[in-house]
Amino acid sequence: MVFTFSPLSEQALVIETGTNINKESEQAVRKLAAILEKEAPDWLIEFIPAFTTVTVFYDPCRLKQAEVERELHLLIAQLDDVEAPAPRKIEIPVCYGGEFGPDLSFVAEHNGLTEEEVVKIHTSGIYSVHMIGFAPGFPFIGGMSEKIAAPRRKSPRLRIPERTVGIAGMQTGVYPIETPGGWQLIGRTPLRLFIPEQNIPSLLRAGDEIRFTQIDEAEYHEQEAKRDAEHS
Amino acid sequence: MLNIRKGGMQTAVQDLGRTGFQRYGIIASGVMDPFAHRVANLLAGNAETSPTLEIALSGPVIEFEADHFIAICGGDLSPLLDGQPLPMWRGHFVQRGSVLSFGEPKRGARSYLAVAGSFDVPPVMDSHSTYLRAGIGGFEGRALKNGDVLKTLPLPAGRLEALKNQNAQAPDWLIPPVPYHEQPIVRMMPGRQFTLFNEESRSRIFEKTFTVSASSDRMGYRLEGAELALEKQEELISEAVAFGSVQVPADGNPIVLLADRQTTGGYPKIGQVAAVDLPLISQLKPGESLKFRHISVNDAQQLYIEQEQQIRQLKIAIHLKREE
Repeated sequence: MVFTFSPLSEQALVIETGTNINKESEQAVRKLAAILEKEAPDWLIEFIPAFTTVTVFYDPCRLKQAEVERELHLLIAQLDDVEAPAPRKIEIPVCYGGEFGPDLSFVAEHNGLTEEEVVKIHTSGIYSVHMIGFAPGFPFIGGMSEKIAAPRRKSPRLRIPERTVGIAGMQTGVYPIETPGGWQLIGRTPLRLFIPEQNIPSLLRAGDEIRFTQIDEAEYHEQEAKRDAEHS
Repeated sequence: MLNIRKGGMQTAVQDLGRTGFQRYGIIASGVMDPFAHRVANLLAGNAETSPTLEIALSGPVIEFEADHFIAICGGDLSPLLDGQPLPMWRGHFVQRGSVLSFGEPKRGARSYLAVAGSFDVPPVMDSHSTYLRAGIGGFEGRALKNGDVLKTLPLPAGRLEALKNQNAQAPDWLIPPVPYHEQPIVRMMPGRQFTLFNEESRSRIFEKTFTVSASSDRMGYRLEGAELALEKQEELISEAVAFGSVQVPADGNPIVLLADRQTTGGYPKIGQVAAVDLPLISQLKPGESLKFRHISVNDAQQLYIEQEQQIRQLKIAIHLKREE
């Protein structure tokens, strides 16, 4: 496996494990993340794994870019001995359309489908979490059918309510907190994906296997009330 | 203890950011102008990592409930102590009952108030930073408002007296000047996707003057001045972004990502602002403008190291002075 290095800034280096999202590049990202977590080298400030990259942040007063690259080569040499953690299975209930999913009609129209068909396709897939990023606990989820793909909005929305489910290109995901963003919004889940009071503050992790299930508005409010009661 | 009589436009507890949780998507937050924050802390006798109050544009009114030693650095928002102009970039002893207020913003957009001993707020995920959008950290996860009481940690016995006696003397250390400017030249490295932009965009980014739009905040500054485009439109694979990454959404207007930036992004990055020049951007107000100038990663790394050395020297100078 060939890794390429390129700077994100004068304090951050991107390790690329491939140029396409596939099993190999993702496994390599997961293994790299596992080894960085385990070894926790003292020059490493923190790291951000993504689809096909792991970005490491370092202090240039301690190590220059070339020295960081050398350290990384030593870690990469151990990669074959590392095992990526096994996937977990998680179900995410979603109330689709209406005020929770204002772009469901756009996604349907863009693909020549009805809204019901979009929901049926979205809930029939088995998805895997490729990465957590962008916002607290935000999962980038792969495995969505091409039939419901839709482009990002030209200009991002300034406000998207928390727990909204969206589509961007071939990807689908859930916004854990209110945030600006360019995704097409199709529904909302009562589940909290960002749990700041926990040690690992994210419900989902890279590698998780998830399914979406459809719930109606009444079930949505019931689950939301139950969740709030558990947390109060 | 500080009584917040008026919260101001956006006054919030910040530190150098929430480090180590970005892999769970947790936004780093922290101060917009790390240099001013660190110097304010050093002048107040705190660790650089201690929380300060980040004060935006229209400042708060704060009554000191006890004797304190403070320093204000950053943008000049016309600080006043009991109605008298209070010099910035140095320490001041303030008596119990004194009132700190702010006049017109003169230069820059953000001031940093450090109080000796620093603020007594609980850390969330190892940081005192307020992450406003998620409602966590700092003072109850939000900006200060009228009637809040912000506690400070007690100082060791005799410490405040020692700082007070030193107050009368002019500081004999040199603070490297920050060229806050209404139209700064900001040094920028080519971004990870620089070569994917068309030739016109690659030259425009370093030639045109960009104006900070009204929809700019701690997350990012949206710039207007030239529309930038990729050679060939494509959806990219999301990857990490950093403080100062300059990304370009499909509408062609660049966005400089700042303290409350997301951890990753899918828009192409045309550039990366050199860390030493980040305060120049963070101190801009909507409507002000900037120009980018090219810098290599090596040179940016060198500038970073030089600035860290300057701060270390300042730290030593302040320490020596106080040991006298």
